[in-house]
Amino acid sequence: MSEAEIEKLEIAFEQKITDDVRIEPKDWMPEKYRKTQIRQISQHAHSEIVGMLPEGNWISRAPSLRRKVALLAKVQDEAGHGLYLYSACETLGVTRDDLYEQLHTGKAKYSSIFNYPTVSWADMGAVGWLVDGAAIINQIPLMNTSYGPYARAMVRVCKEESFHQRQGFEIMLKLANGTEEQKEMAQDALNRWWWPSLMMLGPTDAESVHTEQSLRWKLKRKTNDELRQQFIDQTVPQAEVLGLTIPDPDLKWNEERQSYDFGPIDWDEFWQVVKGHGPCNKERISARVGAWERGEWVRDGAMAYAAKKEIKKAV
Amino acid sequence: MNDKSTNSLPLGEMSEGQRGLLYNYILGIADNSMILGQRLGELCGHGPSLETDIACTNVSLDLFGQVRNYFQYAAEIAGEGKTEDDIAFLRKEREYKNVLLVEQPNTDFAYTIVRQFLFDVYHLLFLEQMQNSEDETLAAIAKKSIKEVSYHERFSTDWIKRLGDGSEESQQRIQKAVDNLWTYTDELFHQTTADKAMVSIGVAVDVTTLKDAYYAKVNSVLEIATIEIPESKWFQKGGKNGVHTEHFGFLLADMQYMQRTYPGMEW
Repeated sequence: MSEAEIEKLEIAFEQKITDDVRIEPKDWMPEKYRKTQIRQISQHAHSEIVGMLPEGNWISRAPSLRRKVALLAKVQDEAGHGLYLYSACETLGVTRDDLYEQLHTGKAKYSSIFNYPTVSWADMGAVGWLVDGAAIINQIPLMNTSYGPYARAMVRVCKEESFHQRQGFEIMLKLANGTEEQKEMAQDALNRWWWPSLMMLGPTDAESVHTEQSLRWKLKRKTNDELRQQFIDQTVPQAEVLGLTIPDPDLKWNEERQSYDFGPIDWDEFWQVVKGHGPCNKERISARVGAWERGEWVRDGAMAYAAKKEIKKAV
Repeated sequence: MNDKSTNSLPLGEMSEGQRGLLYNYILGIADNSMILGQRLGELCGHGPSLETDIACTNVSLDLFGQVRNYFQYAAEIAGEGKTEDDIAFLRKEREYKNVLLVEQPNTDFAYTIVRQFLFDVYHLLFLEQMQNSEDETLAAIAKKSIKEVSYHERFSTDWIKRLGDGSEESQQRIQKAVDNLWTYTDELFHQTTADKAMVSIGVAVDVTTLKDAYYAKVNSVLEIATIEIPESKWFQKGGKNGVHTEHFGFLLADMQYMQRTYPGMEW
């Protein structure tokens, strides 16, 4: 293709973005757009799959049958989200196996919040309420992202996530209205999950290397700092309903901004966790790699069976 | 139950002894589903592929859904403010009545899927009969569950065929799991005291009548899957009477952790 032809395609592509016309798999797209999308969607898919682990950790110990069923269903939804997102990613010309390989070798990232441990039942509440709450804030704008398959996957993901968030809040509410021990459990979970949840919305705009390009291509619709503020403003009143204290002495309502001011985030901790030094980074990856390796003979067996069937059909 | 002329009694007209037997009978059914559901739940997030992970979790969810129906009914029979969770979580090891098969650990995916297959074939035959129970609640639960269990049976049967007739390694692993789990199959057809009493009033399934159809089905699938049917005629038993394998105490320690650590709280 000549440079002039490529330029023409680029102009047409940018025009589609300006006009809010979705980019579809068969459409021409700049290589950098394709790569950025693969990175973003696969990171999201990996986050769903790794995110199954901290919650899966409590399935066998859920305190009631109702909670066990709800937790199983929730973790199963996450597997389903992983499945649509990997499929959306495959429309960009990568295979699921390639993406797994990137996850297993540490080349691909996933949401660093899942590197924190779930140490009590209240963490199932806090993760649903805060982590899924932050995820929704991140994800709702993605229903209008420029890449069609991702945008469509996000419609379903968001519906289920908001159900999970309510479920998490409901776990917290039950604890907050329970015995002293249960209240303490809930407060302790909030103390541990609050700051990581704020970090989950990504580095500050000044430090975010991908934000500008992603906004221009409408892969992202709001900056990390805008999303973080929205999350805080939405969550503080919910904590008040629960009667729990947000662990930030600097948190206060700013009348002028009609928003909450909040204390400094420990970005050093964030980058340490991103770099692999969080409490559970090694466990999470080794759980994923272990499942993949233990499953190899199953996948190979199924392939061998399918191949035999093909031969039989041909004969 | 096969003999419709037997006279079953509505709950209110049952003697205390009969209610106790019905209660135990229901626990015997529900414990199988619960313990198998618990084992499958342990695997959630660790399956050999995303699709099998979702499917195994789905089976677990169905089983726990059924368990809730059974235990809610059992709680009603027990009265005295007992709840489904009291029954699920607050019994001692010897009071759980599940067969030994369902408590066997997830040694590898072959054990998981063979355990599932050996139970599903039984479960489907059992529910087909229980639809005719004189006890309306049990008949209704059976009707609802049968759709789910037909899917479970199809899922596990397909995997037995696929892996049995797959690669050399998958065939060997399935064969090994079948050889080791076979010893737990016969217990499915043992009758407890509660079984016998409930059969006599048309409430229970006479499990002894399911045995031939069970082995016929299992053997035919194993044959298609190129798996040898074990010759051993020595079978383990005990679960139905509360004598479990060494694995079981650990499973309970996990499952009961919250209820034991924080007694009397609501979640």
